[in-house]
Amino acid sequence: MSRILVPCHVKGTVALQVGDVRTSQGRPGVLVIDVTFPSVAPFELQEITFKNYYTAFLSIRVRQHTSAHTPAKWVTCLRDYCLMPDPHSEEGAQEYVSLFKHQMLCDMARVLELRLILRQPSPLWLSFTVEELQIYQQGPKSPSMTFPKWLSHPVPCEQPALLCEGLPDPSRVSSEVQQMWALTEMIRASHTSTRIGRFDVDGCYDLNLLSYT
Amino acid sequence: MLQEESDLSLIIAQIVQKLKGSNLYSQLERQAWASLQRPEIKLESLKEDIKEFFKISGWEKKLQNAVYSELSVFPLPSHPAAPPEHLKEPLVYMRKAQGSWEKRILKSLNSMCTELSIPLARKRPVGEQKELLNKWNEMGTDEPDLSLFRPVYAPKDFLEVLINLRNPNYENGDSLSFRTHLGLIQVPLKVKDIPELKECFVELGLNIGQLGIDDSTQVPPELFENEHVRIGQKVLAEQDSAAAQQYIRQGSPTALRAELWALILNISSQPEDVLYYEQLKTNVIQHDLLVDSLIYKDVKLTASNDDYYFVFEDYLYQVLLCFSRDTSVLSHFAYNSASPPKSYIRGKLGLEEYAVFYPPNGVIPFHGFSMYVAPLCFLYHEPSKLYQIFREMYVRFFFRLHSISSHPSGIVSLCLLFETLLQTYLPQLFYHLREIGAQPLRISFKWMVRAFSGYLATDQLLLLWDRILGYNSLEILAVLAAAVFAFRAVNLMEVTSLAAAEAVLADLSTLKKT
Repeated sequence: MSRILVPCHVKGTVALQVGDVRTSQGRPGVLVIDVTFPSVAPFELQEITFKNYYTAFLSIRVRQHTSAHTPAKWVTCLRDYCLMPDPHSEEGAQEYVSLFKHQMLCDMARVLELRLILRQPSPLWLSFTVEELQIYQQGPKSPSMTFPKWLSHPVPCEQPALLCEGLPDPSRVSSEVQQMWALTEMIRASHTSTRIGRFDVDGCYDLNLLSYT
Repeated sequence: MLQEESDLSLIIAQIVQKLKGSNLYSQLERQAWASLQRPEIKLESLKEDIKEFFKISGWEKKLQNAVYSELSVFPLPSHPAAPPEHLKEPLVYMRKAQGSWEKRILKSLNSMCTELSIPLARKRPVGEQKELLNKWNEMGTDEPDLSLFRPVYAPKDFLEVLINLRNPNYENGDSLSFRTHLGLIQVPLKVKDIPELKECFVELGLNIGQLGIDDSTQVPPELFENEHVRIGQKVLAEQDSAAAQQYIRQGSPTALRAELWALILNISSQPEDVLYYEQLKTNVIQHDLLVDSLIYKDVKLTASNDDYYFVFEDYLYQVLLCFSRDTSVLSHFAYNSASPPKSYIRGKLGLEEYAVFYPPNGVIPFHGFSMYVAPLCFLYHEPSKLYQIFREMYVRFFFRLHSISSHPSGIVSLCLLFETLLQTYLPQLFYHLREIGAQPLRISFKWMVRAFSGYLATDQLLLLWDRILGYNSLEILAVLAAAVFAFRAVNLMEVTSLAAAEAVLADLSTLKKT
């Protein structure tokens, strides 16, 4: 299904910590990231994609647009989603993750704002966050191009003119030509990606020194 | 559920794309065309009848084996937003470490090239080509002057790089705390502990028969050996890769091993494969590479000095020289954290259409590389088949032993697994060795990098490599290394220096691995 990127504004992360941040020894284990959509009307969320950076658990809260006078409330739509099975080791630490509408606990019909709550209980890591955050909404179901008039409003069939004898039936010919065309399209589309196996360029393999990229 | 379905269709599409370019695809097509002549194929139910025909004639099995092979080798398709480097290695700092290690190797090779004034590659004059062709089967008798060449790197250089590997986001304090690793490896990769290993290697349990123990002369063969051999013959008759892989976890009978390994690696010697090998041989004869001298030097230093393998010296040249020219090996760099070295044709620096890889297969051999091939010479005598088996073993397993990656079978994980096992189950021994300055990994690293080739007796080594194939993982190397230390623990507790510790562990050839 198609999807459209929604431009969003990611606010700076806020660390939640008990006590004074400056004097306490430990590092914060909870971070909050607010995501707003300043220029977009309330939309239906389809997918959230991001690159993890040492976050162990993710919760997401959403504020939706409600009709008329009731103020919009925060609702938890994802609770403690595990990104790193073992918070002390590297597994899943830098993976790309996608979260979909069907994984959410509530309906994501008219999203106003998102709040990502990141947790990393292990004291081993110096910092943690999520990067490259992208929010997608549902794309249009059918292509929005306009068809030429003759395609969308075909004229009624005309009577075919009587042909001379000896010529083949035009409908049979046209169906066979269609099949052949389909075959050529298939052959054209299925090219293999196998290499030829030559390592030299036109028989010459006289090299410079190796390059450092 | 949507996600799983789309993942599955992505995997299927990927495998179909890979198989389309293969030999098997054109063979299946030809078979399908030929089958149209058969009376049982009817036009109305063409698709079903051909499928039925494939099932009966054994072609479906071949296709199954090919798909199974692709699934075992290639990693699952990753997230669509992930760049290709992410598939090679997900952790950024490891990619960087691998990149700088490669740069060091390239600098070393370039400086060897300029110091000795030898070109990286040279087209042989016709006379020399004829001479090499005549001597092809006895290249071992050649005694070129290799004294000026030195190996590009040795395992201990690589170990130093791994010891200095650090995650910049990890608390690497100088003072000892609960965070410091007591061993040499300081990166917090996830490794299996004993309960997980027991679950993973369940077929190696004490209550299940194993070849290597339960076929010794004291044990009557009716108890295990006869039945196991019978099942092995049946598996070979069925030609099923997945069944063979399951079977070989308990060891392979010597007589069946060569065929079983070929079945698991999905190698069947077709005329096209022999032709391909001949083409590689022609490439060797036409061009002389600097890497060839490194290979010669390595074989002379390692395999030729080994009591078991010196007889295979000529085979080793025939396989390794052709391996360097094989561009099909380049495709494994999609899932290997390493990258092939690049260069340009002289005079065309920077022009992409004149960019080439050097050596053509992208793999620079290090000291001990030829030991990956040597044990295979006991199983295969026909050079093109030996070559194919080695190439497949390399792109499935051996490449992980000399590149920096976070993969569970990568050398970094194996080292960490070894150290963790030793610390957990032999803490006194670990502490003692650490105190005398003999970190256990310094001794066992060379065993693991060579997959124990040259350190274990050959029959034991082949039983070990049976398990590597059976479990499709190299973790067994770390487990064996820890077991060796456990076995010699009593002697090791008494040593007072690294040299003495090395001496205690120097000769593993008497160990019965199982």
